[in-house]
Amino acid sequence: MPAMVEDVPAFTPVTLLTGFLGSGKTTLLRRLLADPALGDTAVIINELGEVGIDHLLVERLDDHMVLLKSGCVCCTVRGELATAMRDLHSRRERGAVPPFRRLVIESTGLADPFPVLSTLKADPVLRHHFRGAGVVTTVDAVNGILQLERHIESVRQVAIADAIVLTKTDIAETAVTARLVAQLGTMNPSAPLLSAAEACLDAAVLLQSGSGGGFRAIEEPTVGTAAHGGVRAFAIIVDEPLDWTAFGIWLTMLLNRHGERILRVKGILALAGEERPVAVHGVQHLVHAPTHLSHWPSDDHRSRLVFIVEGIEPELIRRSFSVFNRLGAEMVNSYLDKNQCGVSAPPVGERTLPMKAEFQRPRGRAKTIHQGGRS
Amino acid sequence: MCSLCGILGANEHWADAAAREGVYTRNADPIGRRRERAHRVRLVNHVLAFYGMQLSDWQGASFLLSTFTGKSEIVEDLGHLWPVAEKLCGRCCDPLAHELLERMDAGHG
Repeated sequence: MPAMVEDVPAFTPVTLLTGFLGSGKTTLLRRLLADPALGDTAVIINELGEVGIDHLLVERLDDHMVLLKSGCVCCTVRGELATAMRDLHSRRERGAVPPFRRLVIESTGLADPFPVLSTLKADPVLRHHFRGAGVVTTVDAVNGILQLERHIESVRQVAIADAIVLTKTDIAETAVTARLVAQLGTMNPSAPLLSAAEACLDAAVLLQSGSGGGFRAIEEPTVGTAAHGGVRAFAIIVDEPLDWTAFGIWLTMLLNRHGERILRVKGILALAGEERPVAVHGVQHLVHAPTHLSHWPSDDHRSRLVFIVEGIEPELIRRSFSVFNRLGAEMVNSYLDKNQCGVSAPPVGERTLPMKAEFQRPRGRAKTIHQGGRS
Repeated sequence: MCSLCGILGANEHWADAAAREGVYTRNADPIGRRRERAHRVRLVNHVLAFYGMQLSDWQGASFLLSTFTGKSEIVEDLGHLWPVAEKLCGRCCDPLAHELLERMDAGHG
């Protein structure tokens, strides 16, 4: 029977389920898939090793489930992942499988999430049919602290998460769990922390955690900065509207040189000339297309950017942001001063040369940068 | 440019996203697109001058990056710009570099 086109979203949301080895990814997936609301979910499971086991544990082997077992999805089977997703899409279009409305990719415990997200965005076919819905990371309450200390993969998986699910809390000591929770809060303050032990774990909400819901935490006035194995989280909060062009120049320049150490950047921006906020999400070198939100999530209309960085001093990024942002504001003001006619933007096609004389000294601090917490 | 393998044209750059529902872009109409490109050229040239380079719009489709000594290369977008700029000038274009920020702050960009 042909697939019913109206049942298929224009862009199928893709959730990446990650977490260190033995942290409970498959258990969580099995639980989520048992929810009738997620009956129309396709699953791709990636396992290291010759013999795949996880897909059997999920107990739902059907046409919607694909096993990638020839290596780790972040390196050897990136092409295979793209092929599997194309094949799923093709079969859905041909009506060979019932139309699925979301896709979950369970990665190996050692996978770096970045290449998976990059595959999704870079593939010329996939990027027209799928979009990232978020990264859900499981963290083992018993062994989590040790894993975060010893394995950079574990740190990256936490840093990149849109939602963190704490597993095995029922067998972990309360003090250990509390320490881990505090640690996770400093490493990724913008990701909601959920417990797998909770009976009311809402599967549909969890799998859409990266689609705008992640801004709840950014609304908090300050986000603490704490170093953990060289990983720091901090926030930049700006009162005045930002110049979008200057922001784009700055962020692309920053990610080109330091992308590997910018584990996560997430923000909600008040742009000059725009009433509605714009959301930006980035993971290392990869930045998603900016989202124009329909409204501000709260009365706080300031721009807020959260960074999770590895081995970079937050104060350096703050200063750099401030200087570039000021440049954008001054250029617009300078143009308006010269023309005195209320034109809000430079004339189309005007070509300028970067002469030194054209650059004007800043007239005071145009922007206010709030330092989100201590360094 | 693909952020993993460096292949050109494999990726839509976020600062030049195609106009579609829910996505913020300044490519929605021709006037806004050209205005954004002109503003981008003007701003980025204050940064590039520090490295002895300048950018200009090329046919409204790409950008021409040139050094003050005459080397030049076409770049597609901001993601492509910085790796090419580093190659042409032989230096790291680091927005965290103290010297760059000092020069920009002092108005000698």
